[in-house]
This record gives sequence, C-alpha cells and structure tokens, in this order.
Amino acid sequence: MTRERGGIAAWLQAAPYALVLVMFLVVPLVLVVVVSFWHATDYDLIPAFSVQNYLDAFSGCASTTELCVTFKTYLSTLQFCLLVWAITLAIGFAVAYFLAFHVRSVGTQTLLFIVCTVPFWTSNVIRMISWIPLLGRNGLINEALRGIGLIHAPIEWLLFSDFSVVLAFVHLYTMFMIVPIFNSMMRIDRALIEAARDAGASGWQTVWNVVLPLSRTGIVIGSIFVVTIVMGDFVTIGVMGGQQIASVGKIIQVQTSYLQFPAAAANAVMLLIVTLLMIFGLTRLVDLRKEL
Amino acid sequence: MSDPKPNATRRTLLKGAAAAGGALGFPFVQAQEKITLRYLGTAVNQDKEIADKFKADTGITIDYIPVTTDDVTKRAVTAPNSFDLIDTEFFSLKKIIPSGNLLGIDTTRIKNASKITTLFTKGEINGKKVGDQGTAPKKVMYLEAPTSKVFAKEPTRYMTLIPTVYNADTLGIRPDLIKRPIESWKELLNPEFKGRASILNIPSIGIMDAAMVVEALGLHKYPDKGNMTRPEIDLTIKTLIEAKKAGQFRALWKDFNESVNLMASGEVVIQSMWSPAVTAVRTKGIACTFQPLKEGYRAWASGFGVPKTVHGKKADAVYEFINWFLDGWAGAYLNRQGYYSAVLETAKAKMAPYEWAYWMEGKPAAQDIKSPHGDLLAKAGSVRDGGSYETRMGAIACWNAVMDENAYMVQKWNEFVAA
Repeated sequence: MTRERGGIAAWLQAAPYALVLVMFLVVPLVLVVVVSFWHATDYDLIPAFSVQNYLDAFSGCASTTELCVTFKTYLSTLQFCLLVWAITLAIGFAVAYFLAFHVRSVGTQTLLFIVCTVPFWTSNVIRMISWIPLLGRNGLINEALRGIGLIHAPIEWLLFSDFSVVLAFVHLYTMFMIVPIFNSMMRIDRALIEAARDAGASGWQTVWNVVLPLSRTGIVIGSIFVVTIVMGDFVTIGVMGGQQIASVGKIIQVQTSYLQFPAAAANAVMLLIVTLLMIFGLTRLVDLRKEL
Repeated sequence: MSDPKPNATRRTLLKGAAAAGGALGFPFVQAQEKITLRYLGTAVNQDKEIADKFKADTGITIDYIPVTTDDVTKRAVTAPNSFDLIDTEFFSLKKIIPSGNLLGIDTTRIKNASKITTLFTKGEINGKKVGDQGTAPKKVMYLEAPTSKVFAKEPTRYMTLIPTVYNADTLGIRPDLIKRPIESWKELLNPEFKGRASILNIPSIGIMDAAMVVEALGLHKYPDKGNMTRPEIDLTIKTLIEAKKAGQFRALWKDFNESVNLMASGEVVIQSMWSPAVTAVRTKGIACTFQPLKEGYRAWASGFGVPKTVHGKKADAVYEFINWFLDGWAGAYLNRQGYYSAVLETAKAKMAPYEWAYWMEGKPAAQDIKSPHGDLLAKAGSVRDGGSYETRMGAIACWNAVMDENAYMVQKWNEFVAA
C-alpha cells in the first residue's frame, strides 16, 4: 500500500516537468512529423498524407555517378561533426585534466574555470565575426606573415573555408567538453592514481588506463553536446563558410523562409533521426543512468 | 514594515499593489490617445530619423520590426496579427495576396495617390515603356475589391501596396582594384576575378542576377527571367555551379552588412550589390562604383500594405503615416540616399536644387553631396553612377520576382550552395 502511495506522489512530483516536456517538446515534434507529410503552396498548407517531400529530398540519389545534394550535405555535416568532436575532445580532455589534477588549490581552479568561460561573455555571432578581421585576405595574420616576408600572396584558405568553420566550432564548443569531463575527473578517487603510481605505471599509462576510462561518462556527455550542436548548426557554417558550404540546418532554414514548411519538416525529421541514432550509439558506450 | 506577522505583510503588500495597479492602470489605458504602429519590414528601409520626424509631426510612435526580405513575407502569410503596417517588396505580393491577409488600400484616402510615378501605375517613364520581365509592379498593383485575393488587370480604386522606395540594382565593383572599365554582367563570372567575386544568397534575387549573367554570356535568351521554366532553371544553376567549382566566388552574402564588409575589406572586387551598401562602402572612404551595365538593371520596389486585422484609430493612423510618407520629407530623405521615392514632385520641393540636379537629373554636383547623416558621399563636380532618373530607370531589364516554379528553383539553389 505504502509503496503504491509513494508511486502516486512520485508521479505527481514528476507531472509539472512532464507537462512542460509534452507541451514544448512532444507536441511540436508530433506536429513537425505530421506536417512533413503535407503539401504546400506559396501561401497555404494543405493537409495530406504524401511521402513526396521525402522523395524530393532524395531526388537524384539513385544516380551512381554523382552524390545527390542530400547525401553530399549530410556527408559534409558529418565530416565537420567528426573533426570538431575529435579536436574538442582532445583539447577539452587536456584542459580538464590540467584543471583537475595539476591545479591544487580550489581557488585557482575556480579562477581558471572562469577564464575558460570568458569567450561566452559575448554573443555567439560576435565571437564568430571577430575571426574575420583576423583571418581575412587583408587580415592580421596575412598582414603579419607578409610583413615578416614568409609569404608573398595572402593565404586564401584561412577564411570562408572548411578550416575557418572548424576553427570557429572548436572555439565555440570546447567548453561543452571541458565541463562534463572536469566534473567526471573530480569524482575520481585520488587513491587510485596513487595506487597506479605505486604499481609502477608511468604518467601516460595512468592517464590511459585509469583516468580515461573513469572520465568516460563526462566524455560521452560532452560528445552528445558537441554532436547535437554541430549537426543542427547553420549560423556558424554560414558566417565562417562564406555561405558557400551547405549544412542540413541551412537547407531547412532556406525552405522555411520560402514557406515550404512540409519540405523543411521532412528534412528536420531526417536530421532528427540521424542525430538520435548517433546519440543512441554514444549511449551504448556508457550506461549514463548507472554512472550518474 | 513594522507588522509583527511577516507573512501577512507580504500578502497585504501584494494585494495593495494589485489594487493600486488596477485603480491606476485601467483609466490610464482608457485615457491614453497615444498610438504605436508596429512597422514590419527590412532594416534597410527602417531609418530612425523617419520615425523620429513622424513622431514629432504627428505624435504617433513607429515601432520598427526589422527582419529579412524572406521573413517579411513569411510573417505576412503566417502571422498577420503581429504588425500594423507592412513594408514589403512587390514581388512578395504573389504569395501574400492569395493568403487574404492584406486589405486593398483605398486610394481616395491617399492625398497624393494620383501623383505616384507612372513607373508603378503604367510601367512607363515619361511615356516610354520599361522592361517588365518578372513581377513588375504594374502587374500586381491593383485589386478589384479591398478583400479580393486576385490582382486586377486594370487600375482600380484599391492598391495592394503604396510604393515607398524603389531602385535599379546592378553590380558593385572596386574600381581601384579592377583598374579597367566593366560594361557587362558577364564580368561577374570572368575568371579574371576568380576568388574575388560574390553573388547574393537570396534565391529569388540571386537567380535573377545569375540570369542576367547567363544572357550576357550568350548562353540563353530567356523569354521571362522572372518566370523561368525548369530547363531554364537547370541551365542557370548549372552555370553557377561550374563557376563555384572553379573557385569563382569568395563568399556568398545574405545580409546587407555582409556585402559591405566583403567589399570594404577587399575580399571581393565585383559582386551583386544594393545601392545603400555601395553608399556605406563609400562613406568609409573606399572607392566603390554601382556600375551601370549595357544589359540593364534588375529593379525592385517596395511599398506599404495594410493588414486586414487593423481597425479603427489604428487604421486611421496607418493612413496618416502613408500620407505623411508621400508628402515629401521622407521622399527627399530617401532620394538623398540614392533611392527613388514614389511621388517625385513632393520630394523635389524638400530638396535643394543642387541636390535634385545631382540625384535625379544626373548633372555634376554643384557642391559636395552629403548623406542625410552628414557624411560626404560625392565631391563637387562628380556625377551619379548611371546618370539621371530617366536613364537609370529607363534601362530596367527585369524586376525581382516569384516564379511559378519557385519550389523547384529553391531546391536547385540549395544544390548550388551545396556544390
């Protein structure tokens, strides 16, 4: 009896948040899925059940000579995702390791942590745009290299290229790796490190065999952040890629601005499925519920 | 705060505040005569000076809602309650009018309606027809009845939009970096400017610029650039993709400020451009020409529309604003930025003769030409790019448009961006 009562109370306690989720996540998602099967004119949505929007998205994908737009776009987005993930992971892990194991006093730790958040004191767009005078054809780096005589013609690939997109992503999102990894590292029992050292492990061996496996949870959480943000991004790719690099988000944005909501919804559903599959894959590596 | 029961204090305080709010607030709302108009449009047309001057003249506040060209249309179709006055391009009307969200404007309530330039009402300048490919304003200017969802063939009492500003766009160039005359649209894809060219990434406008280039290259002659067939869209996009793969474009731009930055920083020396962007580059002291080309201009026009959700005093205020706008002060203000205003006669009265001669008659400036903000735009003796009003607007080749194959075009445009 008492157990059942507790059950009801628990349900009630969960209800407010569940309601918020239903209203602001589940209902809109269901609507997106429904609309993805509709038709549209320039000014009207027509309820229907048609897979035409999905077929349109994959038009030309049967061709074997050239990749279709959708595959090409996903491939390029996935490539960014992989690169950004690898780089933010390497940097994030290194920074978190330094903060957790090399900085002794809590005061310094906090201070350095705040330093990590400095880039977040200005808006996302400004942080991106500020790269332009630095990397441009007549930007600081090119001018400096020319000034010391290393190059004669400006380096073109610094800006509006894959390089600048990845650079901006890493700059923007490394923080999302640092925080969860640092958090996991702080929970590692220091006695384990000592034991590893006593057993004769070198510094690298300790990191590889003790610290890395034990920070797995943080790594997976950070990865989920980075992967979902990069998959859905269109602003960074737009600004840093000079609007010349396609992203799934950009396709959806163009379609919504031309009132082609069903087509945009179909693309959104596909993006959601791909992203969910990636997250599902990541959670296979760690049982998050058990670890937290 | 000496009440012994802290809880009661908080409650009484809240109650008191609510009561006071009710007592004070309600009559205040009733008594106020102040009207605020929510003005939906693009940032380029939303000058603070215009709103300030209108407020000083009439006491009505203008609340600007700046969004992109595409978003203006989107909001007009999906959220007609979110604004009281819309400033949109004529080509968007093909999407907005069938939605039934705009009300035809009663021209009997517009004092200067009969003086609106014939470019809009008849598609001609001083009796001479101008190019009407695309969504030329005269095709979408009138409605049979205020609530009609189709365009009238002949002029009627009800206008869809009252024109505000319009202009003819062409390529912007950096003469100091190109160092030779540019005469044709085909130069945009000339390999000479590899990695230093740009085109705008707004599909419906970008495709028209691309069509001007395709025609100039002699690849195809379009019966109507503003309403292409699928094979024509394929050809146009194919040409763009080939150029992009060869590295012709440094970047694409979507936002007015992006085009200014690309040009001012020298990243780009030739690109699709808008006239105020050219002005903005010049006010930085950098040479930039809005280059007239032999194939002609791509024209655009925007105007004020009234959503059908506006009633009573607010509707009166909207009409007051439109009348004020056509009355000359705003027209002169726009003309001084290189735009053209809808009623030339009233604007002329508010401009100095030397200004009118420079901006409208294509004559050399008798003295330094300054922007409305006081920046130097042209030194005494210089001549406006493209010459007089008649020469410029008479050379219109096509108008910004919405095609019948719009959805297909957007899909192909995405292919270009992804290539």
